[in-house]
Amino acid sequence: MALKITTSTCSACGACEFECPNAAIAMKGETYVIKASACSECDGDDPKCIAVCPVENCIVKA
Amino acid sequence: MSNIVSLQSITKRGEAQPQTSGCSTKSSCGSSAGQGEMPEHVWNKIKDHPCYSEEAHHYFARMHVAVAPACNIQCNYCNRKYDCSNESRPGVTSERMTPEQAALKVVAVANKVPQLSVLGIAGPGDSMFDWRKTFETFRQVEKRLPDLKFCVSTNGLALPDHIDALADHNIDHVTVTINMVDPEIGTLIYPWIYHNGKRYTGLDASKILHERQMESLEALASKNILVKVNSVMIPGVNDQHLLEVNAAIKARGAFLHNVMPLISDAAHGTHFGLTGQRGPSAAELKDLQDKLAGGANLMRHCRQCRADAVGMLGEDLSQDFTMDKIDAEVEYDPEARRLYREVVERERADRQAAVAVAEDTLAATAAPARLVAVATKGGGRVNQHFGHASEFQVYEVDHDGVRFVGHRKVDNYCQGGWGDDDVLEDNLVPTLAGIEAVFVSKIGSCPKKDLAAAGITAIDAYPFEYIETAIARWYAEINGQADVALGSIA
Repeated sequence: MALKITTSTCSACGACEFECPNAAIAMKGETYVIKASACSECDGDDPKCIAVCPVENCIVKA
Repeated sequence: MSNIVSLQSITKRGEAQPQTSGCSTKSSCGSSAGQGEMPEHVWNKIKDHPCYSEEAHHYFARMHVAVAPACNIQCNYCNRKYDCSNESRPGVTSERMTPEQAALKVVAVANKVPQLSVLGIAGPGDSMFDWRKTFETFRQVEKRLPDLKFCVSTNGLALPDHIDALADHNIDHVTVTINMVDPEIGTLIYPWIYHNGKRYTGLDASKILHERQMESLEALASKNILVKVNSVMIPGVNDQHLLEVNAAIKARGAFLHNVMPLISDAAHGTHFGLTGQRGPSAAELKDLQDKLAGGANLMRHCRQCRADAVGMLGEDLSQDFTMDKIDAEVEYDPEARRLYREVVERERADRQAAVAVAEDTLAATAAPARLVAVATKGGGRVNQHFGHASEFQVYEVDHDGVRFVGHRKVDNYCQGGWGDDDVLEDNLVPTLAGIEAVFVSKIGSCPKKDLAAAGITAIDAYPFEYIETAIARWYAEINGQADVALGSIA
């Protein structure tokens, strides 16, 4: 149970990094990645990373 | 003279003189309080800021660093994926950098561009939503250049949470982009916002944004931070509504209102670009700005610069200062900036005297107002060759004075050493529509003839004169006051 960032459409703005309540998102190389073991998909709430991401469908279920 | 904040109007403070130039006309001097009553502490905050003072923009340069890319709202005129180094518009940048890199870049620019007076953080992204990086950048720069002014641009949604931190950093200027005070209109501009960990859409989004923006204005005023409000003029969406925006922001203490035309092109991939929403014409923009002139002070010299712009307004040296060209060991040398400031102080006094003479010349001339364009490289002088101009500054002249109206970007006539007739015909002449005369330091006989055929007189009789001096002499001469016109019509 985790989300992932679609590298090809990520604009690398980093908005998701600070919004993630589990600190599961970090810059890796040129883009951001979600550490699957730390992602809880916000436990049933609307995932904050998806809510803040400016690119539609960039963050999806892994 | 400036129609935002002129040096002359400041120095006239306290004297019982009739208002001259822009203040007595429908131009944009602003509130009935008048520029002349501006307190010293306000003038000190703006006199070296090229974006807040039209007069300062002839002398001082700004730079933006794109350190805060995260944003908390989606605007229909913005597409976060688009990024092109050939483009010049807000939100566009070619490189993003860490606060540490930004500080190194500031030092490199300060060493080579002594006009530098302001560091701004203006996107892409929102400086107050991405506040950690914004404040870290200020801390890094403060260590190296303690005298540099800071400036941030924001949509205001997150600003109320950081007002104390802003004030701690001794930031004199904040720009808030406000496109509506009616959430119904907001729904046409903002598809969603992200606030307190949640995405809001529709009317809810615009209501929250509006409330937070108004709260931002009040909070900034309470901290004595000068506020500029940027509004994007979107024909058919908020153009007439901006009159209400102007009144609302003025009531909350905003110092300056900058109405910018929507930049819209399908190639940018924005919602407005893709749906064919057009931007306003230069004439529509001026018409709205004239209507707004009784409200908050109006800014007309905005160049809608890139988020990583470097240099004087209207010029962009950003490609000369990309990170790969910056030496990590660079040390700041304050001497060049100090010397430049000394020169500016002398120039300002000299120009102020020249403007007074120009106004006396004009006061004796009763004739209809005319629009003219000027090619200038800065310093408030007619000092650029026609073929080298990539923009013209537009002035309106009548017996009340010479007032700055705006600028028009053009393609260079001179292409690789040769004049380009296609550029003249397809770009320059249409762009200069409504302009009667173009003031240049020099122009060839061919383009001069071609301009004349299009009804535009090229004037090269006043090279390196102050803009106001040149225009006033020309105006007096064409209106039969030959005795005061020392130059001749070219």
